[in-house]
Amino acid sequence: MTTPASASGETPSAAEAGTAGTGTRLANDARAGSRLALSRLLTAIESRTAAAEEALRTLYAEAGSAHVVGITGPPGGGKSTLVAALVAEARSGGRAVAVLAIDPSSPVTGGAILGDRIRMQQYAGDPNVFIRSMASRGHLGGLAGTTAESAAALAACGFDLVFIETVGTGQSEVEVAAIADTTVVVQAPEMGDEVQALKAGLLEVADLVIVNKSDRPGADRAAAQLRAMLTPGAEPGAGEVERGIAQRARPKHPQVLLASGLTAAGVPELLAALDEHHAKRAATAQPHGARLARARAQVEGILADRMREALWATSRRASADAVIEQVAAHELDPYAAADRLLDEIARQA
Amino acid sequence: MTDRPLKVLIAKPGLDGHDRGAKVMARGLRDEGFEVVYTGLRQTPEMVATAALQEDVDVVGLSILSGAHLTLLPRICQLLREQGMADVLVTAGGIIPDEDIPTLQDAGVAAVFGPGTSIGEVAAFMREHAPQRSE
Repeated sequence: MTTPASASGETPSAAEAGTAGTGTRLANDARAGSRLALSRLLTAIESRTAAAEEALRTLYAEAGSAHVVGITGPPGGGKSTLVAALVAEARSGGRAVAVLAIDPSSPVTGGAILGDRIRMQQYAGDPNVFIRSMASRGHLGGLAGTTAESAAALAACGFDLVFIETVGTGQSEVEVAAIADTTVVVQAPEMGDEVQALKAGLLEVADLVIVNKSDRPGADRAAAQLRAMLTPGAEPGAGEVERGIAQRARPKHPQVLLASGLTAAGVPELLAALDEHHAKRAATAQPHGARLARARAQVEGILADRMREALWATSRRASADAVIEQVAAHELDPYAAADRLLDEIARQA
Repeated sequence: MTDRPLKVLIAKPGLDGHDRGAKVMARGLRDEGFEVVYTGLRQTPEMVATAALQEDVDVVGLSILSGAHLTLLPRICQLLREQGMADVLVTAGGIIPDEDIPTLQDAGVAAVFGPGTSIGEVAAFMREHAPQRSE
């Protein structure tokens, strides 16, 4: 149990918690190829421990090189099977691949069945495939609350491709688009008519739409309908350009591809399309929208946690409680209460 | 941290196709508030060990009705130890003759739950004997 002092860096909060070194050690071992250390690190991240924070600080600089691909879509659409086929295709090209597969936690008991691995078990013994299930643990939006951090850890540990398979989604769980470089929405044949494709939500965040189960009847028709609904009218008209309103946020118009996770038909083309999308993004000098959105969400999330910690720090607890009681008694409005507490935190910082 | 749900791998090593018991157990443990990784039928010892490693589970629950338990279960325990997971709690269920249980226990299987065991009993055992981790 040696602590590499040279790489410990600035980890004040971890040091305060008395775990200085654990996170750095986990990070270094994971980066050096220990799958057990990586696995333990992912557990620490899920549990939001001080060691996890320390490890993520160590790893963050190297976490930007992987291509993070979000795979989302309704339950039973074949996401896991398609991911398994994509892993096989990427492995045949020699790439190291990680998968984060999220399944829902029970809102009643907190328990979960994590069943996505079932389609991906053929990679046991291949050290360049790492599959990890995550329970959503009450987080809404199709992911677990620590999925972004877990993907960062995998990226830093040398995985070229990180697939994030979401909970089976309805129409509006679009959070994965904020943390993935490329978002794939998986549909299956016979999942609704054209009007479904007109609706706002999930399909709007897709960089690629896949009609999976292309071996089934109706797949071509579903793809044709999606293409018809997703393509037209998305370009700004000349009039809009003249009036200077062409810059407003516009829906993407994703490519619609057919694939079958079961037979692997169309999977090489899908991987090629993913690579093309990533290459296009990487070619632009500035961090692209998805990466900025991810960075913003991460910093905002940590900021909110830090504020909450500061607010309920033992030294301030009594005065914060007093303010909350005033709000409960309607002696103070909640906005004024928040402003007052914010001032107090700022003064003591 | 301390109230992290227990994470359990439920797997069926070997070649028999009777997964009702494993599914009932997975569902029952879910209702006990556990996070249950279910990998399904016909798992090799290597598949079970790899899943246990990558998922960092606290408990591995093995269901086997094929009669190959004396071959497969010790092999799984050995692989877990080889990859640094000697502390993981291994339990078994299914059709396992009483006279084989001491051999399995020597190999590292902490408990064998035969037909008729209640899910509450299994859950209580797992809660009590799962490794205490301090990360």
